[in-house]
Formats: sequence, structure tokens, C-alpha cells
Amino acid sequence: MFRLEVRTSTPAWFNLALPLLAIVATLVLCSGLIALAGAGVLESYGVMFTASLGDSYAITETLVRAAPMIFTGLAVAVAFRAKFWNIGAEGQLLAGAVASCFVGAIPMPGPLAMLLMAIAGAAAGAAVALVPATLRVKFKVDDVVSSLLLNSVIYYALMALIEGPWKDSFSGYPISPPIEDSANFPVLIEGTRLHLGVVVALIAAPLIWFLIVRTTLGFRIRVTGENPEAARYGGINVERVLISTALLSGALAGLAGVGEVGGVHFQVMSDISPGYGYSGIVVAMLARLNPFGVVPAAIFLAAVMTGAEAMSRATGVPAFLSDVIQGTALLAMLVALLFTAYRVRRVGAAR
Amino acid sequence: MPTPGPLIEMRGITKSFGAVKANEAVDLSVAPGEILGLLGENGAGKTTLMNVLFGAYAPDAGEILIQGQKVRITSSADALAAGIGMVHQHFHLAPRLTVLENLLIGIPGKSGRLDRAGGLARLAEISRQHGLTLDPDLPVSALSVGEQQRLEIVKALFRGAKLLILDEPTAVLAPREVDGLFSALRSMAAQGLGIIFISHKLNEVRALTHRCTVLRLGRVAGRVDDPANTTSAEMAQLMCGHEIVPPARGPSTPGAAVLTLDGISTSKHSGTVLRDVSLAVRAGEILGIAGVSGNGQRALAEVISGVRAPDAGQMTIAGQKVSRFSPREVQALGLGRIPEDRMTTGLVTNLPLADSMVLPRIGTAAFSAKGLLKPDAIRAFAEEQIKAYDIRCPGPMTRAGALSGGNLQKALLARELAFDPKVLIVSQPTRGLDIGAARFIHEKFLDMRAKGCGIIVIGEDLEELLVLCDRIAVMYEGRIVGTLDSADATIARLGLLMTGAEGHS
Repeated sequence: MFRLEVRTSTPAWFNLALPLLAIVATLVLCSGLIALAGAGVLESYGVMFTASLGDSYAITETLVRAAPMIFTGLAVAVAFRAKFWNIGAEGQLLAGAVASCFVGAIPMPGPLAMLLMAIAGAAAGAAVALVPATLRVKFKVDDVVSSLLLNSVIYYALMALIEGPWKDSFSGYPISPPIEDSANFPVLIEGTRLHLGVVVALIAAPLIWFLIVRTTLGFRIRVTGENPEAARYGGINVERVLISTALLSGALAGLAGVGEVGGVHFQVMSDISPGYGYSGIVVAMLARLNPFGVVPAAIFLAAVMTGAEAMSRATGVPAFLSDVIQGTALLAMLVALLFTAYRVRRVGAAR
Repeated sequence: MPTPGPLIEMRGITKSFGAVKANEAVDLSVAPGEILGLLGENGAGKTTLMNVLFGAYAPDAGEILIQGQKVRITSSADALAAGIGMVHQHFHLAPRLTVLENLLIGIPGKSGRLDRAGGLARLAEISRQHGLTLDPDLPVSALSVGEQQRLEIVKALFRGAKLLILDEPTAVLAPREVDGLFSALRSMAAQGLGIIFISHKLNEVRALTHRCTVLRLGRVAGRVDDPANTTSAEMAQLMCGHEIVPPARGPSTPGAAVLTLDGISTSKHSGTVLRDVSLAVRAGEILGIAGVSGNGQRALAEVISGVRAPDAGQMTIAGQKVSRFSPREVQALGLGRIPEDRMTTGLVTNLPLADSMVLPRIGTAAFSAKGLLKPDAIRAFAEEQIKAYDIRCPGPMTRAGALSGGNLQKALLARELAFDPKVLIVSQPTRGLDIGAARFIHEKFLDMRAKGCGIIVIGEDLEELLVLCDRIAVMYEGRIVGTLDSADATIARLGLLMTGAEGHS
């Protein structure tokens, strides 16, 4: 018989070992599904790996996919640190995409356009996140529910926009007009899609780490998240911290949308995000809310997504496996987190 | 009186956590009808030992015998089946369910339905036998702390406990409630129940128990066969391994008032209201606030700490009028605060100790500049205080929650005293602390008093207030109903004021 005992301390190597353990467990669990689909497990994972990280072009494709998830992962990590349960990164991303697309379609010099797109996208994401935060601070409305439901509101608002005023009158497709060519983010390596936004995402991670660990705002976010009562008695304006966190979180999620518009799609359509906002939750949990951890976690999920498509083509296993892997990874990580607080002890069989 | 043949016996119990031996070869036995006191400082291993008995931890070595039979207890279900009931410091009740429903949790009913009639009859019987009255239909959330504890005891008896373990049951009770608890426990013992009573309060242990086992550093340090005729000092010496001398409070020469409240009233947002409270604490004096819990002490502490703004009245700190009633404002004016509940309003248990130690002053130049933290200064400050206050921990980056209560209290004291507060507000300063730690805290208060700090101590432990305070004000139903010089104050007189029996003075 086994039982759980409360841990008095958590060894430091756990921070690295737990996500790896969760990923290994996920791949083992999902191998059953691959076998069920009638494909070789090792072969399928092999194809996934080669297609996502096997050569330099594959790596750039994976990084392009990772960039929005780095942003949404950071958005969720920051919010969850303060225990502001932002499940709304998806909607904030869409809002950011729409705002940046709007700005990007205005003719102006390229660098200025890109800067304004980023500002507009971040502001739009922040504005959306402000809604659940304000509802919580003012009326004690549950932020999980309000931020989650707001995703649908934003999504259908976007649909109304591209089916209505933005609808392509020539082709009749529900897509927005493209942004100006000059506003397209520069490609960094010729022949790939690796754009400027990817670098910005990679730079954002250490910046957010610095903010959380080294600034007074970060200190207040951490303390408020862990113990709002102690924070309040310690002179911290808990409400203000929650609002600031929401603005920051929403802005980061909004930037994910900016990158997709400026660097990948150059316009807005209904499937501009294949759930990057929700994936951000998985990324943040795998990273244990550590901004540095967000980068490898996002790259892992991106590799799974790119790899799953190639695997589907090569072996016939449906690409939906990518979603299953994501979901399983989140569950595995949540279970793994149990071991930070508890240890498993073997006890003799009860008589 | 104890009858021969132990009800329960623990032999050679050893339990380690990593390198720490929490229990080492501990023997303990309780006879039917016996009340055993289990004494020891914080970290002596009392809680671990009881968790082993109750099945929460598996011992590394040793055995447990119940009525001479070796048993294996690997879960609380095993313990309950073996007739062991435990009343924890933190209650395990479902707040939205009624008293009766809580009693029936886990009790098999008749054909899938709760056996309400049977439960009611059994509750009535237990209530009658031991004077433990409870309204079966009230939700637990409507019960006072004392009633919740009573429910926990009844719950254990309801399940047929032959041995009842109580972990510091009096820490949450007012003096009057303690008497009720004791008479119930004596009645249970008279019927052959064995009781293990864990407490720091030696006078209670002497009054109640038949025999005591004293733990120190995980081992049995000694046994007391006749607690009633053993002095508290002798027991304290067993617990600490050395003699404990109570601190001497010299004469004080109070200066100007450093904290004044004038006609402070609050409306009923939550808890008891304050009604026209006026008081003054002078520099170099310790003012006690006595009263049965729930008579406005919390509201008073909240107003003084700046967490709650009063609806009427004025407050000054060091001669400055408090205008906005925010924690930051009162702190800037020179108020230090040691909270009643260390874990919820004082510290952040999941973050490093250093973070908790700088929390109230993180925005000041000492620990940050232009929005950036000064990690080296924070660390150095924490290290310095850890050394100065002998806070036992691996270092400033240790998770605060890993520290013992006494060490946390020292940490809170250190973080306030390091900035020389002009006024210090303290609630229940030594609740749950052992004698050594309590003594240390008291000495620090007296040091601060000598340095001219005005201290206001809110407490329920009258003996502590009498030792510590120059004057004691008594609160009853949100008012100050009297203030006594501690030279004239007696427990009897304070007790009378606390029940509202004596008018204003």
C-alpha cells in the first residue's frame, strides 16, 4: 500500500525534473492511442521529432509557432502568480490581433506601423483583461468564469467584424483586409518564416522574469497571490495589484495576437489562433509559472503541433493527437505538482 | 481514578523526517479513566507522536498496543475503528452542514438514508452524560469556536472513542469555556475513557491531568506522577531542560501619549462593533486589553492597524492625526504590528522568510529604489535579524511556512522592532508558543518599553497580561468598561469586568 505524506521541503531539482517527468508520462500515455490508430509508436514519435526539430527549417517553423504561446504562457504565468485566474488569454489574443490589424492597415512608415501595432494590440488585450479583473475587484465575480466566457464574446465580435464591415467584398471570404506590406514584420532568415516577433517573444521571457523577481511590482504580485490578507495588512493595495497584473497579463496575450498578424498571417481570419490562449495555460503550468520555463514549454507544445501534422501525413494517425498530447501534458503536470507538496511512502499492507 | 492495565500503549516509537528525529524511542501509556498530560515545547515531537497514534504517519520503529493487543494503524479510519478519537487544533468540520449531519458523516445509514432518529438519540445521550449540549439543527458555520470544539469531541464519542486526544484545546477558548471543557473531560474519564491532553498552559495541566509525560527534542524527558502537587516551575524545567525565570517588570516612567483613540466607533460591517472607545497609550508603558474573545478586540486591532476606518472618532499616533486609515499610513507614523494570526495576516508561508520579513516596508528606500528591489539588502536584513533573534531556520530563503510558531513569532517581532516603532500593537503575542519562546517575546516587549515604545497588548490570557502590563483595560460588547492599574488588578476583578458585571469606572 502507498500513501501520501506532507513534505516539509521540496528539493530544487524538482523544478526541472517534474515537467520532464510529466512530458515522458504524456508520451507514454499517448503511445497507446497511436498504437490504437494502427501506427508504430516509435516511428510516429520519430516523425514528429524530425518534422518539428529535425533540421534548421523545421526548428524555425516550430519557433514561429512557439512565439504566440510564449506570450500567452507569460500572460498566464504572470496572472496566476497573483492568483488572478486569467483563462481569457485566447480572447485577449484575438483582441490584440484585431487592434493591430486595424492599425497595420493604415499607411505609414514600416517601423512606426510595427510599433503602433504592438502598442494597439497590447492595449486591446489589456482592456479585455481589465473586464474580469474589475468585476472581481468591485463585485467579487469569479474571474475564472468571467475571463473564460469573455473569450466567446470576443470571438463572436471578431466573427461579426470579418463577416460584416471587414468582409472581403471581392472574394466574399470572411477575412479582414491585409495590413500594409510595409507593416509586415521583417523575416530574419531568408527562406523561412522566422520573423521579428519571435525574437521579441524570446526577449520578453527574461524581461518578465526580471519584473516578477526583481521589481517591487513583482514582489507585490507574488505576495498578493500567496497571501492577500498578509499583503493588505502589509500596506499593499491588493486591488490595485490585481488590476495591474490583469493589464500586464492582457497586454502580453494581446502581443501574441500582434505577432500572428504582423509576422504570420498579415490579416485577421476566424482561425487566426488554433487555441494559443488555452495552450498558454498548459505552457504556464509546465513552466511552473516561471517565465524562463515558459520558453522551453512553449517550444515543446509547438513541436507537438508541427510534428503532429507531419505524423498525420506520414502514418495516418489523426493530427488531433496534438490536442490529446496537450491535454494529457496538463493533467500529467498537475499530478506531478502533487509531488512538490507530498511524498509517496510505502507502508506495509494493512491487516 | 486510573485502573490497572493500560488502555493504550506506545512502545519505542521512532519517526524521522529526513535528518530530523521527531520522535526517538518514545514510550507512552494511558489507562482507562486516566487523563494524561502530554507536555513539551514546540518541536518536541508531541504532534508527530499523536499523528503516529492517529495513523497520519507511519512510525519508522515501535509498536502500538490497544488493551494489550498489538495493532497497526495506517489511516485515521484505522484509528477510529480502534477507538481513538482526536480533536485537532484546526477543526475538521463541514461548515455548511448541520451539527447532526456532521456527526453522521461516514456513519452507515439505513438503506441508503441517514439515520437521523438514531443520531439524535445518541447525541442527546452524549450531551446529557457529559453536559455537552449542542443544537442538532444549527449549521456549523453558526457555531462559536467553543461549540465547534464541543462538536468535535461529541463526534469522537459518537464514533465510540475509548481514547480521546485533544491538541491544545484551550488555546481557542475563553476562561469560562475552559471550565466547561474540563468538567466534560472529567466526566468522560469517570466513565472509563482515556484522555490525552496536550497543552502549554501548565496551570491547566496541573488542574486537570492525573499524570504527565514530558517530551524534549523527540525523547521522553521525564514523567510527572502527581501533577497537582508539582510546581509549574518544575514542569517547565523538565520541558526546557533548564530553569525558567519569569521576566521582571521594573517600574515605568511613562512619557507623552504615543497612541490615542478618542470616541472611536465602527458600524456593524463584520464582527462586533466598537462603541465610543477612547484610550491612550503613553511612551514607555504597556497597556493590556483584556476581554472574552469577540467583544470588539478584533475591530479595535483592525482600526489601529489601519485596515478598517472607523465611522466616528479620532486616532493619533505620536501626536499626528491619522486621516486615511491605511496600513501604510499608520506604519509611516510609527506603528508596528504583531498580528494575532501569524499565518494569515502576518506572513506569506509559501515564499521565502526574507520576503515576509521585508513585506511591510518593501516600498521604502531600505529595500527598493525606483521600483527595483534591492535583493542584497533584503537578504542582509533577514540574515541580520535571524542572527539577532536566534530564529532557527536554514537561512533567509527558507519557505516561511517551514518554521515553527515560535520562530515565526520571533521573525514578526524582528521585522517590526528593527524599525523602532513608537507604538506597537500586539494580539495574543504568545498563543501557541512554548515557555522558552514566550519568555523571549516578553523580554523583548519589556526592552521596547524601557526604550520608550508604547505597547498595546490584546490578550485573553489574564496571567500573561498581569505579568506584562502596567495598566489593563477591559472590553465588553465593544466598549472599554474599565481600566485598572495592574497593581490593583486581580484575575477575579478582571473576570468580573469581562462578563460585564461591573459598570464603568
